[in-house]
Formats: sequence, structure tokens, C-alpha cells
Amino acid sequence: MTTFALTFENPHFVAMTQSTHNKSLKGFFRLLITGVFLLTAFSSSASEESSEKFDAGKMIVEHITDAHDWHLWGEGHSSVSVPLPVIIYNSERGLSVFMSSRFHHEEMSYDGYKLEEGKVVAVHEMGEMEASLTTVNEEATAHSYDLSITKNVASLLFSIALLLWIFLSVASAYRRNEGQAPKGLQSFVEPLIVFVRDEIAKPSIGPKYMKYMPYLLTVFFFIWINNLLGLIPIIPGGANVTGNIAVTMTLALITFIITTVSANKNYWQHIFAMPGVPAGVLVLLTPIEILGVFLRPFVLMIRLFANITAGHIIALSFFSLIFIFGEMSTGLGLGVSVFSVAFVIFMSLLELLVAFLQAFVFTLLSAIYFGSAIEEHHHEGHESSHSH
Amino acid sequence: MELIQPSIGLVFWMTVSFLILLFILKKFAWKPILQMLSDREHSIAEALNTAKKAREEMASLKADNERLLQEARLERDRMLKEARDTKDAIIAEAKEKAQAEGNKIMAQTREAIQTEKNAAVTELKNLVATMSVQIAEKILRAELSNDQKQKDLVQSMLKDIKMN
Repeated sequence: MTTFALTFENPHFVAMTQSTHNKSLKGFFRLLITGVFLLTAFSSSASEESSEKFDAGKMIVEHITDAHDWHLWGEGHSSVSVPLPVIIYNSERGLSVFMSSRFHHEEMSYDGYKLEEGKVVAVHEMGEMEASLTTVNEEATAHSYDLSITKNVASLLFSIALLLWIFLSVASAYRRNEGQAPKGLQSFVEPLIVFVRDEIAKPSIGPKYMKYMPYLLTVFFFIWINNLLGLIPIIPGGANVTGNIAVTMTLALITFIITTVSANKNYWQHIFAMPGVPAGVLVLLTPIEILGVFLRPFVLMIRLFANITAGHIIALSFFSLIFIFGEMSTGLGLGVSVFSVAFVIFMSLLELLVAFLQAFVFTLLSAIYFGSAIEEHHHEGHESSHSH
Repeated sequence: MELIQPSIGLVFWMTVSFLILLFILKKFAWKPILQMLSDREHSIAEALNTAKKAREEMASLKADNERLLQEARLERDRMLKEARDTKDAIIAEAKEKAQAEGNKIMAQTREAIQTEKNAAVTELKNLVATMSVQIAEKILRAELSNDQKQKDLVQSMLKDIKMN
């Protein structure tokens, strides 16, 4: 299923990279409107802005990357978005905290910073002024650390609040009706917890699985909930959290750290000097094994990122088709919209499966890595030597 | 490009918030939930085991009962048979005894009757003799009530004696 999703969605992944820089910004609102049946409303807006070409690549990239505000609808300076806090630390200027609405959609600078193509950059001119009149301070930008609550961070925090609410209330339900059959949310979550425990942790890790259960459960539900939130097109969903390389990198890194920290002698021995392998082969094998240690978390990171991002891209691509055809003729756009919406519904159903599957795969592979790290030495070699 | 460049801010927030989430869930959710789950699984397994044991016990009890019942039934039949035999024996014996007793009584009775009869016959003979004597006496008295008659008698008797 994983490889299928990857190969199926790869062409769109490539298509997305061919984005050209066009001033025209077609918004999420149009996507939404199309998705929510208001096709006529869209067709009138398309004819109004027919002078500006629709750029599918740019639109898609904007929706799958991070942003300093949560875009709701509209285009350019008339767009409506939820402003989010900008937090910038600069080694010389210190900490700056302000709302992203100060930037007025990339049109103004504030406190020595301005927004350039979605990124906060430092400028020479302090105070508020027209962004176009400022000049970028490359040196200060290099020393600035952007810790803003971006769209992804906000979505991340929302998902964490959601996870806390779900599982703390489930935990209290367990305390309330101790020893009884689960009820409500509890009975929805329980099979999944048991699934992670019995199908992932126990067979992959072995008898010491209990130590790794909290991480495996957290990572499973974190990825799954965020994948699902990503499929919801309106706030607070729609952000591409698990399709962001920073998020998947952090998760893969934590798996890597846990694996490395809990690794026993047997694990390292298998990497640096595989038992029962001649020295000549070891010269070849050991570098591969060492590379493998780092390759595993890297693959974890890429797999989740690519799968979820590809899912977002494919849905956005189908919607883009409507606007591309709509620019040729309104009727054609309306005609294509029927197929696009049908395909998006189909893909969304597939993505529901992928959302669960990717959470499962990430958790399963993490568990397998933990299992290989704490696996005890098999005495096969000794036994065979005794028998002779 | 931006898509595959992890931004420091997101890595920072992700690390911080994920670790906090992990910590809180570990302490307040996973630990109690997993504990309760395994507790409940144990209690269910135990309950099932107990039920199984109880069922087995019931089955063995039932078999025992069946066996006891069977034994009791056999015992009853045996006792009934014995009682019937005893009864028959008693009745036969009683019959025999009664027969013997009856015979004995009959014999005695017959004997008694015989004795009584003999006695009666003897008495009757005596009585008849006495009465005959008395009658004879009375007749004699009546015959010999006057002197003429006495003379006649003596005459007649004398006649008889003469003949001899």
C-alpha cells in the first residue's frame, strides 16, 4: 500500500516543483467554494480576474508549505486570514514578538523585519514602513531565528490539545468505570491501543515492549490525528503538519535517539562486526551497516513526509484543473469540476486509509528498530561449535 | 527548496510540544490506560477460567449425582426385591404354620369331641339306666299299688319259678 501511494502520487510531486513565480494568487476560498458546491459563485469570480493567469504550482506549494498566517479566503491584500504570532530571536536585536498582521500581507515591514515570499527576513530599516522601500539585511537575517507560531505550529498545538483532551478524558473514563466494558470515546480508542500493543509492539519488540509503549502510542495517535486534520479543508484543519519535513524529521530523530540509547552490545556488534562474517566481507559490510543506522530514520522521515504531502498535492491538483479549464471557458471549468470533485472524494477516501496506514507504518518501523536494538544475542554459533 | 528544508522554528516547537505531549500522555493517559487494560484482561481471563472450572465441577457433580442416583435406584430395586422375597417367605411360613396349627386344633377338637361324645354317651347310658330303673320302679309301684295285684304278681312269678 505504501509503495503504491508513493508511485501513484509521484508525478504530482514533480509537477509541484515546476512552480513559476506569478503575482496572481488564487486562494483557498476558491478551492473551498468549489468543494462546497458553490460553483456559480466561483465562475463569476473567475471571469472578473481573467486578466491574471492561474498558477496551479504556486497555489499548491503555498498550501502545502508553512505560513505566518492562517489563510481563510481572498487574494493578495484583500485576503482574509487569521494572524499568528511572529516570534523572532536575533543575537543582536534580541527577541521580537508581534502578530503577523503587522506585515499587512507582505506589504509592510515591522520592527526591522519584513515578510518575503512567506519568510521573515531582517531589513536595515527599523520601524513600520512600506516593504518595497526596505532593503534586506543579509547578515541580520542569518543571525535571526524564526520561532514564530506559524500555521503548522498552530495546527500542531491544536492537534496536541485535541490529543490531550481525547486521551486524558479516556484515561479518566478508565478510572471511572474500572473493570467494566468501555463506553463512548473509550470504546473507539481502546481497540486502537490494543492494536498498537498486540499487533505492533509485542511482535516487534518482544517481552520488553512495555517500556516503549508510551512513545509508540503517542507517535501513532499523533501522526494519525494530524494526518486526519490535514484532510479537513477548513480551519483548524488543512495544515500540512505530518507532510512537513521538520515535523517528520523530529519524529524520526526521536525514534533514532531512542533506538541508539536503548541499543545493547549485541546491536552494536551486528553493526561493527557482524558475527560469523569473514573479515574481508566485513570491510564491505560494516560501512553499509553504519550507513543503514542513519538511513532508517531518514527513510522514516521521507516516507511520511512524501506520502502526506503527495496526498495534499493530488487533491489540490484536481481542484487546480477546474481553474485551469475555467480560464479557457467557464462552461469547461464547470464540466471539469464534476470530475474533479468526484476524484477528490475518491482520493480523500484513499487518503483516509493512507492517514491510518502511514501512522501504522511509522509506528511499526519504530517498534521494529527498537526491537532490533534490544534483541538479545542468539547462541547459535556456540551451539553449533558444541555439537561438533 | 522550501518544501524539503526543515525550518528551525517548526523543529523547535515540534520537539518541545511533542516531548510535553509524550510526557503528559505517558504519565496521565498511557500508564493508567495500559494498566487498566491489562488488569481487565487478567480479570476477564480469570473469570473465564473460573467459569470453566465451575462448569467442569458442575459436570463432575452432575456425573456424581447421576452415579449416586443410579446406585440409589439399584439399591431401592434390591431392597424392594428383598422385601418382596421376605414377604413371600413370611406369608408362606405363616400359611404353613396356620395350616399346621389348624390341623393340630382340628385333631384336638376331634379328640375332645370324641371324649365328650363318649362321656355323653356314658352319661346318657347311666341316665337311661337310672330313668329305666325309676320308670320300672314307678311301674312297679303302679302295678303293685293294691294287694290283689301284688298277689297276682307273686302268683305269676311263682308260676315262672315252677316252670323252671
